[in-house]
Amino acid sequence: MATMTALRQRTLRRDAWWIEPAFLFVLFSAFVVYSFFAGIANANYFVDPYLSPFYSPCITANCAHLTFGPIVGTWWNLAPAIWIVGFPLSFRLTCYYYRKAYYRSFFQAPAACTVPDARSKYGGETAFPLVWQNIHRLTWYPAVILVFILALDAVQAFWFPTASGGHAFGIGLGSLLMTVNVVLLALYTFGCHFCRYLFGGRLDRFHLRPIAFRLYSLISALNLSHGRYAILSLVSVGLTDLYVRLLSLGVIVDPRIVFGG
Amino acid sequence: MTKAPEAGPREVTMRVWRGEDRASGAFADHRVAVDPGMVILDVLFRVQATSAPDLAVRWNCKAGKCGSCSAEVNGRPRLMCMTRLSSLPLDQPITVAPMATFPLVRDLVTDVSFNYEKAKTIPAFRPAPKDADGTRRMYQEEVERVQEFHKCIECFLCQDVCHVIRDHEENKEAFAGPRFFVRLAALEMHPLDTNDRIELARAKHGLGYCNITKCCTEVCPEDIHITDNAIIPLKERVVTEFYDPLVWAKRRLLGR
Repeated sequence: MATMTALRQRTLRRDAWWIEPAFLFVLFSAFVVYSFFAGIANANYFVDPYLSPFYSPCITANCAHLTFGPIVGTWWNLAPAIWIVGFPLSFRLTCYYYRKAYYRSFFQAPAACTVPDARSKYGGETAFPLVWQNIHRLTWYPAVILVFILALDAVQAFWFPTASGGHAFGIGLGSLLMTVNVVLLALYTFGCHFCRYLFGGRLDRFHLRPIAFRLYSLISALNLSHGRYAILSLVSVGLTDLYVRLLSLGVIVDPRIVFGG
Repeated sequence: MTKAPEAGPREVTMRVWRGEDRASGAFADHRVAVDPGMVILDVLFRVQATSAPDLAVRWNCKAGKCGSCSAEVNGRPRLMCMTRLSSLPLDQPITVAPMATFPLVRDLVTDVSFNYEKAKTIPAFRPAPKDADGTRRMYQEEVERVQEFHKCIECFLCQDVCHVIRDHEENKEAFAGPRFFVRLAALEMHPLDTNDRIELARAKHGLGYCNITKCCTEVCPEDIHITDNAIIPLKERVVTEFYDPLVWAKRRLLGR
């Protein structure tokens, strides 16, 4: 026997569809707030041999640990991180994965599949300002350079200062954290959709470019987990900075083994 | 070894949309007996047999290949013939609604002709001239990439779930939808095709409306990676043609 029920609901989904956007909203908000204060702090970002990834490359004369010789002179007395924050920020803001994540969690366009958009009008990425998402590829090149610089930092993180003024090889928890961080960043950066396009996706005739096809296949495999690496690398950058900061403040002690020190 | 029969209640409540328009229609509850191994379409057949013989349902192959029985089960776009009852919570009513993006014909049947009109706007395959020996050759790695797109069964679940047209009727004119980006990608990435559809994808089919929230990929019953393999590569090709200042500078300096 049928009974009629007039049902007018926002969505007919019964699963907990709101968990993912809510989680990402909290995670991204927490990261933005933390990185803002860490980035402008201008202190506690270097404990020999660990340099916070927020401050690398350190290029201003007032830097506690210069990556290269000072590119910005002594006139600059704010945090060195301000000079470089735009590069990773623009890369992540225009990243295809992050676009999905924040369109869902912040703009609710849509918050989840078959959950109605929060706004009545929608023009997507066809007009200003979102048409600027198309510059994503231009942000990828500096992001690659940053990966190599952070890899150098990670290598230096295994060389600890000695009492005689030199450096000795060792392994500390910070060295491992910085290594994991740069590996996650590399997996994220080289699994990027533009990277996949650049190294082979733009071709129609793979057989003419076998090396490009091999690269395309490798990047495609990496790209399957692009979202995972996007989140993991975000968390690892924040945690690495937090570790260096707590170490610098004397809140924690770095467990380490130094050979021949 | 004999597989144990699926556990669960012997009866379920099917809450099925009835009516010829969305304003006056309503959900009707039907309590029906179920057997192990049933899919949603089976249960609807039982509803037709026991309490609603006039229930309109479109179906054909019952094997997940014809793309006819698309609907929204508990709010999620699914093929009814591929949605096992055992995958749903049976202690609550199971909601079955027609696809929200398309005009309603009756009950669970919608008018999907929007898609056929969009299909007509895509220029057909135009092959390159034959090789000197009179043949055309494709290589395996090239076939494999476009083969994924040819798995599409045109169930239009991706079109249904896409918020660009689902929530914004006014965008239907300017936006073709994920199914047709798959079609465009299949042609654009075809090693023997000579037509250029990049400007068309941008200007006429509204590729820029897609904000890559990946719902189309989530619902695809053929597991086509619509966003990663079709839409984003097309967006990148559009960027190369229209938005990349480095490409623009290179073309100005060196010619095309």
